[in-house]
Amino acid sequence: MCDTCGCNVTNGNRHLLQPAGKLEKTADGKSAVTVLQSLLSENDHQALHNRQHFDQHGVLAINLMSSPGSGKTALLEATIDALAGRYRIAVIEGDLETENDAERIRARGVTAIQIATGSACHLDAHMVHDALHRLNLADYDLVFIENVGNLVCPASFDLGHHHNITLLSVTEGDDKPAKYPIMFRAADLMLLTKTDLLAVLDDFEPQKAEQCLRQLANPAPMLSLSATRQQGLEAWFDWLDDAIASHRQRLEQGETVLPKIQSDGARWHTGEAGHP
Amino acid sequence: MHELSVCQSLLGQIELTARQHHASRVHRVSLKIGPLSGVEPQLLQQAFPIAVAGSIAETATLDIELLPIRLECRQCGAESEAAAANQLICGQCGHWQTRLLSGDEMLLASLELDRPTDEQTVNG
Repeated sequence: MCDTCGCNVTNGNRHLLQPAGKLEKTADGKSAVTVLQSLLSENDHQALHNRQHFDQHGVLAINLMSSPGSGKTALLEATIDALAGRYRIAVIEGDLETENDAERIRARGVTAIQIATGSACHLDAHMVHDALHRLNLADYDLVFIENVGNLVCPASFDLGHHHNITLLSVTEGDDKPAKYPIMFRAADLMLLTKTDLLAVLDDFEPQKAEQCLRQLANPAPMLSLSATRQQGLEAWFDWLDDAIASHRQRLEQGETVLPKIQSDGARWHTGEAGHP
Repeated sequence: MHELSVCQSLLGQIELTARQHHASRVHRVSLKIGPLSGVEPQLLQQAFPIAVAGSIAETATLDIELLPIRLECRQCGAESEAAAANQLICGQCGHWQTRLLSGDEMLLASLELDRPTDEQTVNG
């Protein structure tokens, strides 16, 4: 994150430290220099900058992650229909190709910026920054970032958002959190989607999915809903109301919030504990 | 497969550090990687030569030290090592409310360089 104050040193990696920044000699006489920086420090730096942008305008930014086809866009459509009168919403859409999802969102009367990532399997902080240049943040309260459908790579990249939400549709299998631990460990909220289909699926136990989430030491709430059948949406809207109210309170006190998974440097800059 | 973009970002840091130390060549790049970092050491090894081709680190060796997942239990206070990335429960009492002490690192730890003098120090 920053190389001057030692903020990238944590209790977890302190034991790795040589005298920081000192050049030393290896056994065969070569010069060795200690760096101890996140491999993604460039991305993390941009993410910090993005988060400052959101915070300056009082915007809450939420990153939606899941497999392709688990219902992210349908959830946004239902959310916009219900809450567009309450909050000014914008959406940043990440897909490899097409404007399809952005068009679905625009059809609901909400601004959507489509990022076509080409072959990149995740969004990163630089792509989101470019998208922010096309959004006047002063006009919004809530920005959803719909990440590329992928249960692996998106979890590793901070975009400058405040909360991670991981969706799991009931057609995918209840052991997904155990199979993709890094993605589900990153969730501040897990949403079980398409739960109207539970009636015809005999091999998905919501309790088992939650158990897998707890095995990752993740205390995040799990909410069940069906966006197309309008079931279970109230609890989701309540979560959003709380998240927005909490964020506004934090901003009044000059604070912000980081998603659960953060670079060590970002954690130190804000004094967040980072892990549950 | 995002390891190539991670390696490209790594190269940026290598080049910056090498410039700060007026290095002419980078011999060795040492990383510390935890199982919960989201990057796969084997894929990093494969992506590294592609990312550094034609750069100051073209002939550098990539060393990756794998770190264990260490947990502290919020219930009984015990420290333990996790058996697997999807079993972050206390090794002592089995409770799921644990805190990660290490295991999600993704760090560029150190570089070995060729330098004209040894009087430079890091000005971070």
